[in-house]
Amino acid sequence: MEPIRDIAVVAFAQSDHRRTSDEHSEVEMLLPVLHEVLDRTGLRAGDIGFTCSGSSDYLAGRAFSFTMALDGVGAWPPISESHVEMDGAWALYEAWTKLLTGDADTALVYSYGKSSPGSVRDVLTRQLDPYYLAPLWPDPVALAALQARALIDAGETDETELAAVATRSRASATANSHAQLRGSVPQGDYLVRPLRTGDCPPIGDGAAAVILAAGDRARELCERPAWIRGIDHRVEAHSLGVRDLTDSPSARLAAERAGAFERPVDTAELHAPFTSQEVVLRKALRLDDSVRVNPSGGALAANPIMAAGLVRIGEAAARIHRGESDRALAHATSGPCLQQNLVAVLEGDTR
Amino acid sequence: MSKEPVAVVGIGQTKHVAARRDVSIAGLVREAAQRALADAELTWADIDAVVIGKAPDFFEGVMMPELYLADALGATGKPMLRVHTAGSVGGSTALVAANLVAGRVHGTVLTLAFEKQSESNAMWGLSLPIPFQQPLLAGAGGFFAPHVRAYMRRTGAPDTVGSLVAYKDRRNALKNPYAHLHEHDITLEKVQASPMLWDPIRYSETCPSSDGACAMILTDRAGAARSPRPPAWMHGGAMRSEPTLFAGKDFVSPQAGKDCAADVYRQAGIADPRRDIDAVEMYVPFSWYEPMWLENLGFADEGEGWKLTESGVTELEGDLPVNMSGGVLSTNPIGASGMIRFAEAALQVRGQAGEHQVDGARRVLGHAYGGGSQFFSMWLVGAAPPSS
Repeated sequence: MEPIRDIAVVAFAQSDHRRTSDEHSEVEMLLPVLHEVLDRTGLRAGDIGFTCSGSSDYLAGRAFSFTMALDGVGAWPPISESHVEMDGAWALYEAWTKLLTGDADTALVYSYGKSSPGSVRDVLTRQLDPYYLAPLWPDPVALAALQARALIDAGETDETELAAVATRSRASATANSHAQLRGSVPQGDYLVRPLRTGDCPPIGDGAAAVILAAGDRARELCERPAWIRGIDHRVEAHSLGVRDLTDSPSARLAAERAGAFERPVDTAELHAPFTSQEVVLRKALRLDDSVRVNPSGGALAANPIMAAGLVRIGEAAARIHRGESDRALAHATSGPCLQQNLVAVLEGDTR
Repeated sequence: MSKEPVAVVGIGQTKHVAARRDVSIAGLVREAAQRALADAELTWADIDAVVIGKAPDFFEGVMMPELYLADALGATGKPMLRVHTAGSVGGSTALVAANLVAGRVHGTVLTLAFEKQSESNAMWGLSLPIPFQQPLLAGAGGFFAPHVRAYMRRTGAPDTVGSLVAYKDRRNALKNPYAHLHEHDITLEKVQASPMLWDPIRYSETCPSSDGACAMILTDRAGAARSPRPPAWMHGGAMRSEPTLFAGKDFVSPQAGKDCAADVYRQAGIADPRRDIDAVEMYVPFSWYEPMWLENLGFADEGEGWKLTESGVTELEGDLPVNMSGGVLSTNPIGASGMIRFAEAALQVRGQAGEHQVDGARRVLGHAYGGGSQFFSMWLVGAAPPSS
């Protein structure tokens, strides 16, 4: 896929991700992030050509929850704006298509999620097939454990290797002041066999925002823009019974369409909330040991639902901005056991 | 850099009813999608991506239902996006799909919006209390009634105008086989004698709760050339949003609606909407919103919209037909309602609206709004391809 217009991530900001944020509403959690990302470019809300957000009513516990967040953006005079009921990575995809049409040159993308007010394991069961699966209340940890068991049974990994993924992720997170879990964290007791607490993501609240810009506008706004060389997303069947849980054909296809396999990447930010899912994704995305995977600590260090995917794109882009990466892969996922996957390939200009 | 022209080559919807107990949510959406594919004479294999929209997940009690619906919509192995912009979502969903074609990301896209209100309770879904935030008061009617009253005060419109709109839309619905309400014995007197719900809004001036889905196939120039039936061409499309509540907000004629229409007209080269546009399918959930939106969309000067309605201009046989399908007042699967407006506009310019066809409809506006009159999405479609 050859985009008809060069579009780049030019700024990224995120909140500190925390176990609880009782004292803040979603809007209050989001506002400093919006201000920070705008400050990085010197743009104001009124300068932005298109705005798109991602969030979930079910996390907020109310219908139309995104309307209050929009109030926080400062949508006056009226703005060109849209919203996906998905992770913010897909809001970024919608904004990217809008910039491709030429109708806008800059876009603000944001997403947020508070998991702390309820039981997120229960809440996420409500995204399953409402007639046959949801009534059984299988929670995301139990479903991920099925996937981990399938991997171990297939000889693709073992519990020691899974523990090493967790250890590496949280060690990397020591350099990330926004992460919820940093440094050494015990692998812990079994939560759902074969997954221990250390194999599972923390439950937390957080927000993220990104600014996209096209062509010369991107060069004006950022010293080293993170050009989106390709971005694609694919979904698989919902039912776990018809999927090979040890593989991720949708991630592979998205990566292929995004051009990820054309040249090696040096960095990969994977949205793998469970250690076992990193094993699946490394294989599907052909990431060998030469690639720095999740230098931010990944979703095992902070997993603000609906923002964690956008954070991956932001983290990958920020490494390019800082000159720590030249070509990075960013990945986001949605649904049980990696049902839906998005892959973006970001590059900095040659130095 | 020029955009790829976008054409509508397939339209499908379900017969909208209070409760489709014979199908699951998946069955409902698949029915609309298959009808759109049949209209375009395409198969699932011809679809490159799926863009799906609906109003709040609480309306069915399923979080992010697109995940479960991926199989039913043939999306396995394809990109699937889920849009949610409140009541305007059906229109926004179509515009997101259109951008995929216009930006040359995909050649042919299936877009679909639905609501299966019978699976849950929409009033409950809208009434979950949130601490420290304003409740939206006694459902949608309670929120909008004061703004209707403000319109009447501001313009001096006689209190008979709302019932004229309802009477017209319900009669139009009788000509639309997919409309939910088919009130064969409707009379103006019956509308006017219906109970007052939220003064000045009467029961017969409100929309029903429907189960239903609407789908469209959007494609590029090459796809349009293969279309077995005349395509509808997109000449302009836009979304605009403004905050829910703030001092100085004009709830009677929100700035976001005006700006959105102006953007669409600029893209489509419309200088005088009243003269240049042949018919309008607009989002009128409460009858008084017809005269209000006529002004907001530039079809009438401020304070004059009700006169167009009263003089019969907006009747099916009038000079500017409004809501030929019967409108939201006759059919309201909330998440799909905006897309039905967009689809009706396309049906009209394709000459395929059946008994509610407007003779010579060449350029038709589809309009949707949502939230507290804060989210707007519109498109203008034409029988001829865009010139630029």
